[in-house]
Amino acid sequence: MANTVLSIENITVQFGGVVAVNNLSMHVDEGEIVSLIGPNGAGKTTAFNAITGVYQATNGRVSFNDRVILESHPTGKMRKLYAGENADLYHKIIKNTPDKIAKLGMGRTFQNIRLFKELSVLDNVLIAKHMRLKGNLFTDTFMINYKEEKKIRQECLELLKIVDLYDLRDEVASSLPYGKQRHLEIARALATDPSLLLLDEPAAGMNPQETEELTALIRKLRDDFKLTVLLIEHHMNLVMDISDRIYVIDFGKLISTGTPDMVQKDQRVIDAYLGVAEDE
Amino acid sequence: MTNYVQLLLSGIAVGSLYALIAIGYTMVYGILRLINFAHGDMFMMAGFFLIYIAAVPHMPIWGALLLTILLTVVLGFMIERCAYKPLRSAPRMSVMISAIGVSYLLQNFATYFTGGLAQAYPEIPLISKKIEIFGVSTKLITIITPILTIVLVLALVTLIKFTKIGMAMRAVSKDFETSQLMGIKINSVISMTFIIGSFLAAVGSIMYFSYYEQVSPTIGAMPGLKAFVAAVFGGIGSIPGAVIGAYIIGICENFIKSYPVIADLSNAFTFVLLIVILIFKPNGLFGEKLSEKV
Amino acid sequence: MKKNTKILASLILAAVFLGLLIFIDNSSLKNSMLSTCLQKGAIYALVAVSMNLLNGFTGLFSLGQAGFMLIGAYTYGILTIPVTSRGSVYQYFDGGLVQFSIPVIPAIILAGIMAACFAALIGLPVLKLKSDYLAIATLGFAEIIRALIQWKQIAPLTNGSNMLRAFPTYDTILFPFIISAICIAIIVLLIRSSYGRAFKAIREDEIAAEAMGVNLFKHKMMSFVISSFFAGIGGALLAMFQASVQAKAFTSAMTYEILLIVVIGGIGSITGSIIASFLFVGCMEWWLRFLDEVHYIGDFKVPFLRTGFRMVVFSIVIMIIVLFWRKGIMGNKEFSWDAIAKFFKDPFGLVSKKKKKGEVK
Repeated sequence: MANTVLSIENITVQFGGVVAVNNLSMHVDEGEIVSLIGPNGAGKTTAFNAITGVYQATNGRVSFNDRVILESHPTGKMRKLYAGENADLYHKIIKNTPDKIAKLGMGRTFQNIRLFKELSVLDNVLIAKHMRLKGNLFTDTFMINYKEEKKIRQECLELLKIVDLYDLRDEVASSLPYGKQRHLEIARALATDPSLLLLDEPAAGMNPQETEELTALIRKLRDDFKLTVLLIEHHMNLVMDISDRIYVIDFGKLISTGTPDMVQKDQRVIDAYLGVAEDE
Repeated sequence: MTNYVQLLLSGIAVGSLYALIAIGYTMVYGILRLINFAHGDMFMMAGFFLIYIAAVPHMPIWGALLLTILLTVVLGFMIERCAYKPLRSAPRMSVMISAIGVSYLLQNFATYFTGGLAQAYPEIPLISKKIEIFGVSTKLITIITPILTIVLVLALVTLIKFTKIGMAMRAVSKDFETSQLMGIKINSVISMTFIIGSFLAAVGSIMYFSYYEQVSPTIGAMPGLKAFVAAVFGGIGSIPGAVIGAYIIGICENFIKSYPVIADLSNAFTFVLLIVILIFKPNGLFGEKLSEKV
Repeated sequence: MKKNTKILASLILAAVFLGLLIFIDNSSLKNSMLSTCLQKGAIYALVAVSMNLLNGFTGLFSLGQAGFMLIGAYTYGILTIPVTSRGSVYQYFDGGLVQFSIPVIPAIILAGIMAACFAALIGLPVLKLKSDYLAIATLGFAEIIRALIQWKQIAPLTNGSNMLRAFPTYDTILFPFIISAICIAIIVLLIRSSYGRAFKAIREDEIAAEAMGVNLFKHKMMSFVISSFFAGIGGALLAMFQASVQAKAFTSAMTYEILLIVVIGGIGSITGSIIASFLFVGCMEWWLRFLDEVHYIGDFKVPFLRTGFRMVVFSIVIMIIVLFWRKGIMGNKEFSWDAIAKFFKDPFGLVSKKKKKGEVK
């Protein structure tokens, strides 16, 4: 059996009185492509942000490669306000900033594209390599580690070839067409040398053909880089085509999980997406 | 004991003056998210306006006061129209730089026009009178200032709470774009904000300079900065916050000035207070929390 | 253009400039307005570039530059006044606390280090603040430093609100140029390194930078400390240039001036800051001087001209730049021979505009 790369236990994220993610538990095994789906506002991106350390989860635990990267329980004002479950399960507070989590090997993209807009395509990718450099401020400034710099430059150019951006490497990121920007986001996430790749709606705004190409790309990346992928997506074709397993959430709660076939037939999922008919 | 009463009285008076300036800062920040660095210099300009107008022969003092207030309001309105409005869609840093530019311009203009020397402020008969209170001799202005400030603040709060323009102001400060979509005439709301801010700065200026009796081209910078600190201290965007912050700073400052060993550091104290509040309560005493959506 | 041609062109330009400086240094021009402006311009260039590193490249809107220059200037002054002169400089404080002096170069470096240490100290609390709060906190910090240095209780160290003087200055006008050039070169190298890229990433998008493994606080701190280090050195140079230094001159207006230089040159352009420094100093000290004096054309007295008018015109020009030419001289681009060559082939884009029109047809 494959190792569990990411394990999420009872994660709750609450903002004031609003419970955005409620008691979500899921796991992703090595080499899998897992999708997290749900209607708009179901709490998918919030869950992503809690895993990657952008938001502090109110309750729950996240382990990554057998290491606890996040553990939390309601404290302070939240102790009274807390409306989630399993408030007494965890007793420690473990926080990690997004940069530490990225360093541990979790790369991500953003739903609303967050490239370094004024910088070149190549610079965008090079920045993601920054944390992997062995040099320090001194050696780096005075170009004592120029060999290392040369090496990462080469690696980044290779990455750009894979996502088909090599010819555009000197363009300013914001000048790229939308689809290319999504590709650049993926290249940038890959440059962090991740073992787990989190993709937040990578196909948003793409046409069917582009989506198909993206599906092939994600598969290829998984195989070539020995990646594990966790994906949020609305394009059901892509999701059903690519996923090994799917988690469905609605109003922050897990409502279904399983293989694409199982999920598609689940009445709760259909209700969540189409709405439940009112009783006569 | 009398010493303490005196310190407290003058502290309250100075605090009131800071409050009048601080409201201008806090309102502009609330709506445009802009630190209006030129606000302190507007206050200085108002000081010079009165000096020059009062020097006109046969000018009654009430006429001079009214004209001063009117001119300051026009100046505030013009600054917004010329220096901030063209940058509405620019990054916030550009607008802040523009504000610094305006401040630089006003100071240099005042230096040019006045020859750079400090000038004596005309005596305003009623409020410069000496009176005695709690056995302490003081100018009448020390008493008038806090009362006037409270009255003005109450009037302003009423305006913001109960009038249509007030409601528009609150809406714009919550969400600039949405209010625009809801049909609020954003430019008139912003102009109104600057008009109110300049009006209060002009009133503050009359009180302040009657108290300190001298105006010079760079005099606006320090009270301006202190008033801004007061606004941050109270939680920027909150009018009662700005007023309370201003009183705390005014009173503390006066007490510090009374101890010879640390008297030199009274200006530094204000900024220490600023840094301390920013560390422990980054949104000030009554400020709202702003967070960015990821 | 070929790489070799470019290097050659740069070398020739540098040699011509150096030759010019040496000529000025050895001629009667040494004490002229030209020489003064060049020296002051070189010093302001260093300070402006250091501010640009922070405001333009890291996106931290800081207004503490005058404070760090003040620390640098005082550190240099206090450490280098010859022991024999201390009695007269610190005349109210029995010759002051410090009774030794160190050579010039170590003192300049220490000036930078001192400013950097203060930056590290103040950076801890303030660098976590958002943009405009950071601006006001750093501005406040500069005011605190200014008040502290003039504080009577530590006057035996700082000479209180009295002037520091009699410290060694430089004999050749090349000195500020060499020091500035070395410092600016280091800043350029830094910006082009991986750390420089990380700084730019923070400027572009903090959340994305963090997700790519850039530790925000650490890198902001680095940028802040390095910027302050060079501002400190700039302060030391300014003290040498003026031959005396007094805390009350380092007001927030000084920071504003440096900020305006950065804006005029283009936020995020090193060469822009350098060019703007010389233009700014030239206009302020020299070319606009005539506006401050009364002039007659025949019998006609030119109106408005008298003391202070120069600064009014100057600030109006600055406002026009800020409002209508927001990118400044260079935008966020750097000087390059390619751009020059392109300019001569196609001045003001006339040819390419025509071409584009043609394409539409």
